[in-house]
Amino acid sequence: MNLHEYQAKTLFKEFGLPTTNFFVINSSEQVKQVTHKLKTKKWVFKAQVHAGGRGKAGGVKLFSNIEEAEKFTDKWIGNHLVTYQTDEKGQLVSSILVEECTDILNELYLGVVIDRSSQSIVVMTSQEGGVDIETVAENSPEKIFKASVSLELGPQEKDALFLAKGLNLSEDQTIQFKKIFFNLCKLFIEKDLSLIEINPLVIDSDQNLKCLDGKINVDVNALYRQKNILEMRDISQEEVSELKASEWGLNYVALNGNIGCMVNGAGLAMGTMDIIKLSGGSPANFLDVGGSVNKKSVTEAFKIILLDKNVRVILINIFGGIVRCDVVAEGIVAAIEEVGVNIPVVIRLKGNNSVKAMEILSQNSQNIISETDLSLAAQKAVELSK
Amino acid sequence: MSILINSSTIAICQGFTGSQATLHCEQALLYGTNLVGGVTPGKSGQTHLGKPVFNSVEEAIKATNANTSIIFVPAKFCKESINEALDAGIELIIVITEGIPTLDMISLKIKANELGTRIIGPNCPGLISPGECKLGIMPADIHLPGKIGIVSRSGTLTYEAVDQTTLIGLGQSSCVGIGGDPVPGTSFIDVLKLFEADSQTEAIVMVGEIGGTAEEEAAEYIKDNITKPIVAYIAGVSAPPGKRMGHAGAIISGGKGTAEEKFLALENAGVKTVKSLANIGTAVLDLVGP
Repeated sequence: MNLHEYQAKTLFKEFGLPTTNFFVINSSEQVKQVTHKLKTKKWVFKAQVHAGGRGKAGGVKLFSNIEEAEKFTDKWIGNHLVTYQTDEKGQLVSSILVEECTDILNELYLGVVIDRSSQSIVVMTSQEGGVDIETVAENSPEKIFKASVSLELGPQEKDALFLAKGLNLSEDQTIQFKKIFFNLCKLFIEKDLSLIEINPLVIDSDQNLKCLDGKINVDVNALYRQKNILEMRDISQEEVSELKASEWGLNYVALNGNIGCMVNGAGLAMGTMDIIKLSGGSPANFLDVGGSVNKKSVTEAFKIILLDKNVRVILINIFGGIVRCDVVAEGIVAAIEEVGVNIPVVIRLKGNNSVKAMEILSQNSQNIISETDLSLAAQKAVELSK
Repeated sequence: MSILINSSTIAICQGFTGSQATLHCEQALLYGTNLVGGVTPGKSGQTHLGKPVFNSVEEAIKATNANTSIIFVPAKFCKESINEALDAGIELIIVITEGIPTLDMISLKIKANELGTRIIGPNCPGLISPGECKLGIMPADIHLPGKIGIVSRSGTLTYEAVDQTTLIGLGQSSCVGIGGDPVPGTSFIDVLKLFEADSQTEAIVMVGEIGGTAEEEAAEYIKDNITKPIVAYIAGVSAPPGKRMGHAGAIISGGKGTAEEKFLALENAGVKTVKSLANIGTAVLDLVGP
C-alpha cells in the first residue's frame, strides 16, 4: 500500500525526522490562511497523488503570490494529474501539500528497502539525489552506499557513519544524519514498511539536513496490526475494478488488451497471459480467482472482467485441484446465465473429473467453447479476439 | 530416494482442526502420509480425523516423535506457531499460510538458520514425494512416482508441470513449492542442491516468476554446481511493471525482476527454457528421453 507524501512527512515528524513546515489543504479558500502561518515568503505547492513525476507534469509549483497559488489549487483539486508513472486518465488530486520553500545547497538520496536476496533491511544513500535512483544504480552503482540493518541487533552507529561518509557530510551534518538514520530504521520496523524513499534529502542554506520529499510503501500483510496506517489508505488512488475485485477476494490487475482472463492461481494466471501473448493476442487483465473456485467467485469475476468494454472474448483456465472440474463447470455455466455474458467464452478445465466437466460445458454450447489443450484454447481465444 | 519428505517422515499439523487443515490432512492421510496428529491449543485429548489433538507442538513431539510440521494457522497467529515449532525442535516446517508480514519472516528465517531448521513457504502449496508422502494442498492424483524433481514459486503452475511430466510417463521424485512471498524460508538454490544430491532425481523442472532476483541467483549457482539437466519456465513476460501479480513477491519494481532478465540468466547458465508453460513436458522429454 502506498502513502501520500503528506502522510509520509507526518510519519517523519512523528519519528523525529527533519521536514519543512507544511500544511495540507483541499480547497483554495485555505490558501491565505495556511501561507500566512508559514515562515517563508515563497511556498511550494505539491499536488498529492500516488505517482512520481509530479513536477514535470505541472503538479508542483513555487508561489509567492496568494492569488496565483489559489488558481493552482482550483486547477488541481478534483482533477486528475497525468504523469509518466500514471495511465492516461491520471490520478485524482484531492489534497495539496503546502510547505515552506527551502534554499537548497545540495540534493542527496536516502532510502530503505527490504533486500530480497540478502533477506534483510538495507539503507541506501547517494550523493546523486533528486534524480531517478534506478538510473544511478544502473549507470554508476559505485555512487550508491548500502548498509544492512539486522532485525536482531537493530541499526548500528558504524553503519550510520559509513553512510554519512558516503554522503561527504560535515561533522555537524554527520551528527544530524546519525539521528535520521536511527529514527528512519525505527519508523521502518515499527510501521511494517516495505520502502521509504527520501529523494531528495537536502542540505539547506543553513547547512542542515531536511527530508524534502517522502515516499512510503507499507507491507499489506501487516496492515492487520497497523490500524493507524490502514486509516491512511486512499482508495481514490486505486483502480476501481481492482478495488471491486479485492472486495470479493479476487486478485485483479487491469491491462490494455481485449482477451479477458479468469484463472485459478497467480502463477497460472500470469502463465495464461503469457500464452495469449505468445499466440499473438493481448490479455485485458490478470485475474486470479483463488483456490475455492465456485459459482459465486466466478460470477463476480465475470462482472469485473465485463466492466472493461474492450473485452471481446474471455479465456477461462482452471486447473482443478482438490475442487472437482464438473463442479467448477456447473458454476461457470450458472454464472454465465446469471451475468448474461454475451461474448464468446473459451474454457480450459484440467484435472479432477474434467471429462464430465467438458460434457456439461458442451451441453451449454451457446457462446462456450471448451478445449482441454491450453495452447489450443489460447489460440482460439486469440482468433475470436481479432 | 526423494527429497525433504518420504515414507519415514513423521508429521503433525498445526491448526489441525481448522477447515482447510481438515480437508488437506484428510487427503494426506488417504495418500498414506504418516501424519500422526495435530495441534490446536485448548483441544488436547480430542481426536480429529482419527488422530490425537495436542495443545502444543512440544506435547505432540513427546507423544509421537514427530519431526515435520505442516502449518495452516491464520496469518495473524502464524509467526507464533512457526516460533513454537522452531523452539520445540521440529526439523522441517511447511507453512501453507498466506499473508505473513515480511519483517516477521526475516526474523523467523534468522532463527531457523541458527537452529538449522528448514522452513518451506510461507504462501506455498507444500511438498509431495509421490507414492510416499504428501504434505500440502496439491491434488494427489496428477502425480506419478518417477525421476523429475520439481521446484516452483507458484502452486497451480507446479500442478501444470506435474501433470505434464506425468503424461510423458517420467513422473516426479519430489515436488517442492517454495512459495510466492518476497522472503521465502527455502530458496531455489536450497532445493536445487537437494535434487542434485538425490539419486532418484534425473532432471529438474524449475518454475519461477517475475519479482526479485531468486532465479538469477539460482542461475549463478547452477553454472558451477548442478550437473543434472534443468528445464525452466518463468511466468510474467506479459506482466506490467509496478503491479503486484497476486503473489506478494511477484512485482517488477525499479525495472528489476523482469521475466526476460531471468530467462536470459538461466539460458546463460545452460538451462533449457520454455516460453510457454504448455511446453514444459515436451522440453523435459527432449532433454531426458522417455
